[in-house]
Amino acid sequence: MNLAEQQLGLSQHAGNAHPYLQIVDIEKKFGDHTAVDHVNLNIERNEIFALLGSSGCGKSTLLRMLAGMEKPSAGRIILDGEDITDLPPYHRPINMMFQSYALFPHMSVAQNIAFGLKQDRLPRADIDARVERMLELVQMTKYAHRKPYQLSGGQQQRIALARSLAKRPKLLLLDEPLGALDKKLRQQTQLELVSMIEQVGVTCIMVTHDQEEAMTMAGRIGIMSEGQLLQVASPGDIYEHPNCRFTAEFIGETNLFGGHVVEDEADHVCIQAAELPRPVRIGHGITGTLGMPVWLSLRPERVAVSRQQPTQQHNWAAGTVSDIAYLGSFSIFHVRLESGKVIKASVPASHWRDEAAPGWNQPVFVSWADNDAVVLTQ
Amino acid sequence: MNSRLLTQHPAANLATARGRARLAWRRWLPRGQALVTAMPYGWLLLFFLVPFLFVLGISFSEVEVASPPYRALLSRSEDVLNVALNLGNYRYLFGDALYLDAYLGSLQMASITTLICLLLGYPIAYTIARAPLTKRNTLLMLVMLPFWTSFLVRVYAWMGILDNEGLLNKLLLQLGLIDTPLQLMHTQLSVQIVMVYAYLPFMILPLFSNLAKLDGRLLEAAEDLGCRPWQAFLRVTLPLSRNGIVAGAMLVFIPAVGEFVIPELVGTPESLMIGKVLWMEFFDNNNWPMAGAVTIVMVALLIIPITYLHKREEKQLAQAEQR
Repeated sequence: MNLAEQQLGLSQHAGNAHPYLQIVDIEKKFGDHTAVDHVNLNIERNEIFALLGSSGCGKSTLLRMLAGMEKPSAGRIILDGEDITDLPPYHRPINMMFQSYALFPHMSVAQNIAFGLKQDRLPRADIDARVERMLELVQMTKYAHRKPYQLSGGQQQRIALARSLAKRPKLLLLDEPLGALDKKLRQQTQLELVSMIEQVGVTCIMVTHDQEEAMTMAGRIGIMSEGQLLQVASPGDIYEHPNCRFTAEFIGETNLFGGHVVEDEADHVCIQAAELPRPVRIGHGITGTLGMPVWLSLRPERVAVSRQQPTQQHNWAAGTVSDIAYLGSFSIFHVRLESGKVIKASVPASHWRDEAAPGWNQPVFVSWADNDAVVLTQ
Repeated sequence: MNSRLLTQHPAANLATARGRARLAWRRWLPRGQALVTAMPYGWLLLFFLVPFLFVLGISFSEVEVASPPYRALLSRSEDVLNVALNLGNYRYLFGDALYLDAYLGSLQMASITTLICLLLGYPIAYTIARAPLTKRNTLLMLVMLPFWTSFLVRVYAWMGILDNEGLLNKLLLQLGLIDTPLQLMHTQLSVQIVMVYAYLPFMILPLFSNLAKLDGRLLEAAEDLGCRPWQAFLRVTLPLSRNGIVAGAMLVFIPAVGEFVIPELVGTPESLMIGKVLWMEFFDNNNWPMAGAVTIVMVALLIIPITYLHKREEKQLAQAEQR
């Protein structure tokens, strides 16, 4: 709520530069279950935004409310200065690419793309020209007269994209855009899809449960859990500066420690974690108080593994190697600390140039730098 | 299939000659799949095609006072085999207005019945298909409920409703809407009403099974692309339910053309339908060859257009594949 007011306040200060899409305090209830819980979000023009979360987190419901297929229980949706909250789907300047593509099986590829244009009663010549352009964009000109069932999954996906772009929507919604493709094709298609969207220059919101997909394709990511939007930031910020435990655990791998603040200075803080032998020193101040319970997130690639005892005063612990996952260019070491906690460290292969890599059950030391651990207050 | 794949596989080169020989003879065995499909076809061949050929044969013979009451097509005198094909039945059939009227009357009655069944059945099937799963079975059961009683009993029930002293007339008289009973029984209207009643489930069931398969996301996609709900129905639901409409229409139209019981019980004596003519030729006139000819022409009237439409569709599909 506070965050939302800040965001809205900021945008008003910026004068006429309203956000392109404003989602204001949207809520959706199904019976007594709250699927979307007071979400506030601003999207800029031509942005590619990803809503990321596990299934049932409310991301699809939010998307369906944008498309007009669900009515919000409360809140407003404002697109390009126009309040569209109460508009039915067929009056919204928004088009969606469905997860299963939802191509019309009784129509050819060209007829599918022309569907929305025909509905708008555009002149025949205009429709043909625009279908032609769309087919060129998705490189499917050769397949104009095929029926959807004669196309592969990847080709169907392109047609679905072409169909949703044909009406030149103000907002493009992608529901798990690559979910129906196999993994290899997915990776290849991610950047292709982005380049097509950017070529057209359309504002785009996608929903996905695949963090790699979100990080590759989107400029900003919103993490959703249990109907709430937990964090909105660039892929880099989401990974490096998660604002809560959920985000830290959801995105990538991390080591989490519960603890409390034992030293609170302007330029550094120290946090005592029960599972670590000595306080963790963080090289910057935090908004918090002495004794406050916090969580520490320490990414595996930030943890160094060594046979020599580190000389630094803080941020290290002794343990034994309990498991090694060798992945070629790097290895994941599972180090069991004296407290019994197992800490994961991903160590690049080049690290073992000067000393031999430790083996199973050997004593090692793990260490990290002052700013490597992230303090999570939520 | 499997054996062929195995022999093409490089690993098969390693197989011993004996192993290869074993695979080779297995190829000549009839496949289980073929056996399973052959059985229903065998059944149809035996109990549909063979009797049909008998009827075809009889339609080319001549009536005779004998048992059976027609002359055999093949006769032998000494070493000569005589084949006597009598085309007179067909000439008579096409020459007499009675038969043509009966055919046209039947086709018209069946067409109107099919159309009304479609108009009534589509909304019912659509509603059932869109109903929540828990209600769906109940609604389907209601459609099939009439089948639990005998067809004849249901037609008699309609006689009780439509009669001059029937339920409907009594109700209308009591409400003061009419002074004298309406003549409903033994009219074209009564035949039409009972035909629609009797054949409606045969329209609903195939339509339902087609509409139940419709992917709701297609309708969402249509609305997303600018269709109001009724436009989405016209552009997506209706064309996609075409196969259900065709199946339902056939299931209603084909038996309706040959319907005998309903016009006999609630119809007028004057308006002849082909089922009635067939009955008369066979049982009253004891003219088997004529009855055979009437049957053959009726089957031809039904099969030729259907085969033509089917072939045309196949051709269109093949063209679409080629493009």
